Amino acid sequence: MIPSAFEYQRAGSVEEAIALKQGAEGDARFIAGGHSLIPLMKLRLAEPSLLIDIGGIPGLSGVSEDGGRISIGALTTHADLEDDAVLLASAPVVAEAAGEIGDQQVRNRGTIGGSLAHADPASDLPAVVVALDASIHIAGSGGERTVAAGDFFSGLFEVDLAEDELITSVSFDAPSQAAYAKLRHPASHFAIVGVAASLTVEGGVCTGARVAVTGASTHAQRLGAVEDALTGSALDDAAIDAASAAADVDDVNADLAGSEEYRRAMTRVFTGRAISAAASR
Amino acid sequence: MTMQATPGQLVGQRVRRREDPRLVKGRGSYVDDMKLPGMLHLAFKRGDVAHGIIRSIDTSAAEAMPGVELVLTGAQLAEIIPPMPVATPFPAPDHHAVTPDRVRYVGEPIAVVVATDRFLAADAADAIEVDIEELPAVIDPERAANGDPAVIHEAFENNLAVPFAPAGTGVNPETLEVEDESALNEAFDNADVVVSQRMFSQRLVPNAMEPRGVIARFEPGNDELTVWSTTQNPHIARTLLAAILGMGQHQVRVIAPDVGGGFGSKINVYGEDFAAAAISRRLGLPVKWIEDRSEAFMTTIHGRDVICYLDLAATSEGKVTAVKMRLVADIGAYEMVLTAAIPTLVAFMISGVYDIPVVRCDLTEVFTNKMPTDAYRGAGRPEGIYFLERGIDMLASKLGMDPAEVRRVNFIQPDQFPYTTAGGMVYDSGEYETALDKALENAGWEQMKADRDAARAEGRLVGLGLSFYTEICGFGPSAAMPSVGLWEHGSVSVERDGKVRATTGVSTHGQGHETTFAQMLADEFSIPMDDITIVHGDTGQVRGGTGTFGSRSQVVGGTALLLATAKVQDKMRRFAAPMLELQPSDLSFKDGMIGPTGQEDTGVPFVDVAAFAYAPVPLPPDTEPGLSDEAFWEPEGFTWPFGCYISQVEIDRDTGELELQRFVGVDDCGNVVNPLIVAGQIHGGIAQGVGQAITEEAVYDEESGQLLSASFMDYAIPRARDLPRFELDHTVTPSPLNPMGVKGIGEAGTIGSTPSIVNAAVDALSGHGVEHIDMMLRPEKLWRLIQGGDA
Repeated sequence: MIPSAFEYQRAGSVEEAIALKQGAEGDARFIAGGHSLIPLMKLRLAEPSLLIDIGGIPGLSGVSEDGGRISIGALTTHADLEDDAVLLASAPVVAEAAGEIGDQQVRNRGTIGGSLAHADPASDLPAVVVALDASIHIAGSGGERTVAAGDFFSGLFEVDLAEDELITSVSFDAPSQAAYAKLRHPASHFAIVGVAASLTVEGGVCTGARVAVTGASTHAQRLGAVEDALTGSALDDAAIDAASAAADVDDVNADLAGSEEYRRAMTRVFTGRAISAAASR
Repeated sequence: MTMQATPGQLVGQRVRRREDPRLVKGRGSYVDDMKLPGMLHLAFKRGDVAHGIIRSIDTSAAEAMPGVELVLTGAQLAEIIPPMPVATPFPAPDHHAVTPDRVRYVGEPIAVVVATDRFLAADAADAIEVDIEELPAVIDPERAANGDPAVIHEAFENNLAVPFAPAGTGVNPETLEVEDESALNEAFDNADVVVSQRMFSQRLVPNAMEPRGVIARFEPGNDELTVWSTTQNPHIARTLLAAILGMGQHQVRVIAPDVGGGFGSKINVYGEDFAAAAISRRLGLPVKWIEDRSEAFMTTIHGRDVICYLDLAATSEGKVTAVKMRLVADIGAYEMVLTAAIPTLVAFMISGVYDIPVVRCDLTEVFTNKMPTDAYRGAGRPEGIYFLERGIDMLASKLGMDPAEVRRVNFIQPDQFPYTTAGGMVYDSGEYETALDKALENAGWEQMKADRDAARAEGRLVGLGLSFYTEICGFGPSAAMPSVGLWEHGSVSVERDGKVRATTGVSTHGQGHETTFAQMLADEFSIPMDDITIVHGDTGQVRGGTGTFGSRSQVVGGTALLLATAKVQDKMRRFAAPMLELQPSDLSFKDGMIGPTGQEDTGVPFVDVAAFAYAPVPLPPDTEPGLSDEAFWEPEGFTWPFGCYISQVEIDRDTGELELQRFVGVDDCGNVVNPLIVAGQIHGGIAQGVGQAITEEAVYDEESGQLLSASFMDYAIPRARDLPRFELDHTVTPSPLNPMGVKGIGEAGTIGSTPSIVNAAVDALSGHGVEHIDMMLRPEKLWRLIQGGDA
């Protein structure tokens, strides 16, 4: 639990952070809340030579809403998401999922940008941003760019982020009806399986569905067959059962908390629970 | 609810713990808080494979690092200190502080680095290169017992640490030979019902809040060694350190400052402690080692890990006629101080609270490539009570009897005490039916059953579990552990200003002795608690002691202190008598006065007698000046608290997640000094039992021998949100074996709660044909049973 030696520098702006990263020799890493990186460093599974602390950069924190479009600064902590008035009113699914992360101490430090960039296969927020079809706003030496959340996560701890890039914010349209349901790991409180569902319902018929799972596989991903089954349905129990039965992913994780078979079954169970919760919002 | 402390009537009151303000405000003083001039830091290079032969160690890169003062391999350290001590009667393999030749569990120390700071020491340990020829990892104890897939210690054929240790009916306790099987055979031949079940009390990690730590300071000028340690028992630590270092006990002082929990895991003196002391002596400088949490998971003793093949014979009325347990204990790679003794305690528990004519427990202990086991909260008693109480519940289920009633017909009756079990244990006192009835009433047992049945009718998986425990507390007498001795020591000094300084040989690390013992003394002297200091945890200040474990502090330590207090009171009476022109025997203590019994307010102030004792003009005849005395005490037998626990659980049909919805308990630990502290002990104990039942299991990979549950990311100790509000009550059946009639409560909750919860889980799944489920009750395991498969 004693990390290797490392250098530490504090960035005052996004530009400075990027410049520090570009100029660094060896393995430089951005750090904000540190609640993913520091545990790895203590186990010497990560041994960065330089930590660039972006946690104090002004203007990267907070939630705002403009014309139905919600924007969350990358440095917003899980605890702030959990209690945010805008989210509770317009996108409670985000507050709900954030409140399920770890414990209070973790939520007080961990940030949404850090969680998405780290892309732990069992973290909660990736499923939520994918289901909300969020945009991930990125800054780097080549300027700014935006990636759709569905394209951002590509594998185990793999995301569409270059070495000198960092996430600045996440934005999405306020969902009509969305919910998150999770099987909590008894020790870490990570998701053994977590499912976010966002539904559009018109006249009792589901006209649009985005459903995403985390914890089940290498990375958060959409459950396309579920979405297809839901679209056009009346969202009654039979339709939800049929749709959740279609939930399936490849490369299913297996560990002490759940075998592949159990995770597949739980993916179906929590898909059903997330859809039911969203449908009744 | 907390009562204001009032002199003369504190025992029995919910007095708040005096140590808490210091501890919760961060003003405690733990080993890691201490810094000594010139102090160096240790880090250990540890093996990362479960089993292998060390072919070479290259320490040159570590030694070349600036700030690294010394690197010692296991072989080099073995030239300075002998193998570590073992206090059980069984043969044990050599166990070196740092292994010289072979690694036998993941995390075993291979070399030690001494450096000017802790970070540098860790870097240097990382820089040591070790070439290990891997051997197959021995993980399954039942395979291990056939020497499969490898033999861990050459002198122990088939990995058998204890090949066969029988106990109970027909066994000669002197020779440990089975002399007569007839009673056992007859009981099973004539049984109306036989219950047979393989069960497992799984391996657990103790997880004290404060990990282990040590500072050793050898002073070359006077050849004295002082060790600050996270120990539960500084005097035992002193004995062991002195023996291994070849020093006299007069040259060694062990100090346990504030210690953040132990649960038995800090009884041992570990390799790191011996290494630190030896290195300090070699360098003539103080050295410090603080365990990190990863090391705590891998290299602090584990608990439990006992398989039981239970056979229980009974009549069709539910009367148990015989219990047989065949045990396979997986003790890990080596024997620590008490390792091999812990599973033998299971046999002591085999009768539980029942009048069972024939009992038999056959024990085999096996080496595997895991961290050694040793005492963990309950130590043998949770295993024994769990196996028995599961068996009793299976009997009830087989006969269609209410689990309360099957217990009732088997209880030892109050007029049978002192009761000698078929296995030779002598129980001091008990009123089991009273506790059972109180628990049933408090729980609303009949209503609970009706509610459960109604929930079942809705398709919900609700289950009820009931269990009853007794356990062994107050360890002494010394005959129970002759290698150590199980007495306790107390001393009391009334200073010349009337303030009291008392010492105790038990060493609090969360138990609240600074409060409970002060309550006792305040009542005896009838002075305010604030005038009393309880000194503990320092062999330099406390003349004698054994330590805090086995729920013995109040029973043995408390009694020793009470006896020392009585001696000082006698002296005070002798000083007060001439001041009042009365006989000493006429005098009593009341509200800060010493005076004629019933009219103490007409006597002399306590403080005046204290002052007079230190300037006695004239000195009363046959009296020494001063007010100080001491007492050694050991009980003549164990105390046996007991209780009844009722659980209600609901299992999520879709996920297998188990929710503990209600927990009703009635405990009887005899007379109670401080109900608040007793409740705290019960709460913590139950929480740890809930942990074993539902969330905790130390799992080693069957192939690689790696510890898979090696951090709090994978190993779940229960959190507040996992627990319901405990509905607790008590009965009071005093022990006749000590003057306060106390029994001990530190481990009861852990011992009694696991069978209650598992019984409830089995009840919940009874509709799925489930008769038994091994702990921990993993959601996936329960889900598979609900799906109709095997766990």
